[in-house]
Amino acid sequence: MTRSDLVVIGAGPAGMAAAAQAAELGLSVIVLDEQPRAGGQIYRDVDRVAPLRGDMLGADYTHGATLTAGLQHGAITHVNGAVVWAIEDQFRISYTVNGRGAQIDADRLLLATGALERPMPLPGWTLPGVMTAGAGQILLKQSGVLARNAVLVGSGPLLYLIAAQMVRAGTPPKAMIETQSRSDIAGTARHLGGALRGWRYLVKGLKMLASITRVGVPRHTGATDIAIEGTDKAQAVTFKRNGRSHRIACDTVFLHHGVVPNTQAARSLNIAHTWDAAQRCFIPQLDSWGQSDKSGVFIAGDGAGIGGARAAEFAGTIAALQIAFEAQRLTREDRDRRAAAPRAKLAHELAVRPFLDAAYPPYAQALLPHDATIICRCEEITAGDIRSYAGLGCIGPNQTKAFGRAGMGPCQGRYCGLGVTAILVDATGQTPDETGYYRIRPPLKPVTLGELAGMDISAPDAAE
Amino acid sequence: MKTASPFLELENGPRVNVTLDGMALSLPRGANLAAALLAAGVGVFRRTPVSNAPRGPFCMMGACFDCLIEIDGTTRQACMIEVTDGLEIKRPHRDEALA
Repeated sequence: MTRSDLVVIGAGPAGMAAAAQAAELGLSVIVLDEQPRAGGQIYRDVDRVAPLRGDMLGADYTHGATLTAGLQHGAITHVNGAVVWAIEDQFRISYTVNGRGAQIDADRLLLATGALERPMPLPGWTLPGVMTAGAGQILLKQSGVLARNAVLVGSGPLLYLIAAQMVRAGTPPKAMIETQSRSDIAGTARHLGGALRGWRYLVKGLKMLASITRVGVPRHTGATDIAIEGTDKAQAVTFKRNGRSHRIACDTVFLHHGVVPNTQAARSLNIAHTWDAAQRCFIPQLDSWGQSDKSGVFIAGDGAGIGGARAAEFAGTIAALQIAFEAQRLTREDRDRRAAAPRAKLAHELAVRPFLDAAYPPYAQALLPHDATIICRCEEITAGDIRSYAGLGCIGPNQTKAFGRAGMGPCQGRYCGLGVTAILVDATGQTPDETGYYRIRPPLKPVTLGELAGMDISAPDAAE
Repeated sequence: MKTASPFLELENGPRVNVTLDGMALSLPRGANLAAALLAAGVGVFRRTPVSNAPRGPFCMMGACFDCLIEIDGTTRQACMIEVTDGLEIKRPHRDEALA
């Protein structure tokens, strides 16, 4: 069995920065990542793509190449295409790579599993042609595939980023249907101080908006009652604005109203999570080094609470310093001295967040959808179904599994968990913390008998 | 077939032959399979076991499991697979969908 000082799960900004820092301090590091190449979702496939489409995607994307370069350190083994499906105590990690199961042991574990799109359940959101805005970005970044006739729906900076990139690529979106309202912007006044500290992001945002409106992309802000029409595929988006009904025909719909931490692996280890009212999601309880309530398990990046790519990078470095300190490769004084700069940069990165959270809140009608709207995409459980379970005495997400299989399909609750909690909170009057979240158990991803039978215990070297 | 696609492909690399439900398709070698199928004009990847509803790629990052397809008898996430020569792809529950 291969044993390493540190196993990092996820090769996005947090995981790459942590691996590089830990290796520099003398730790042996194995990075397990699902994707065929390093970068995470934000810097997806950056080494191959930056020379092809770096101009279109921008400097914030090509910055990722500085992080992938850090993985070249001799003490780092980067196993790509590795799907982690179980993490057991102190710490044995089981994963599949190239169709074979494998296991490795680690003294310490860093979860850098990033974010998921906040689920945006609307009528018609399961139709082919409806995707997350993140999916639209991935199609563009990794594959150079662009939607010709797309409508962007929701709120938040990512929506403007993808629109601006589509404009640069010569296929602007047909329209932007935005859910934030004037009162949301008015409510941001108390966060202006932080926003000004993060003024570079605001300037970027304004530039993006200008590039979108310059080519005449219509922006419909304050939209409500949004629905997607179609039978076998998305054909149009309908919505209301200022009391008037609108319908925009399209082939592709990109949904986005924020991202939330991907807590699946952390929850499988029973790490404590609490509700964050500002970000409207559960985040793991961590100390200032990213240490969880489970000894030896660290979490950095968006999986620890949404901060964005640069914040993730600094948090990864900070976690690696503490890991090296615990492994006695660094004195306490050295740790603190080295942590000072990334801590200052992290604070700077996070300054703009309260403003963004207030200016671009989630779409209220997707947090508490109409009864007929599907919440659990896998098992096709509607909001009305969840409410009827609550009426029968169901008070928590785990009980909804017994009532109607919500969260028991292949995605294991990734795209319904927060929705189910929100509907139960609304129906029972309990707090989100009292209501809780699905209990996540391995396997985190489906694993075949063939993968188990072919288990390669000499990995990861043989799997590269 | 490509002209009917709602997607535009920027890259123009070497292509390989695969089959989808027995029908020949030419896809970019090494491309993300879900992206390549979308660009080839394939919108419906499967029908759901619950209600026979059509589904296609949703998250493109291995989380939602909506792009499930069948390769060599195993159900896989199309967005987590790279295109290789001779892939035999089937759409799950296709027969029920046609019935």
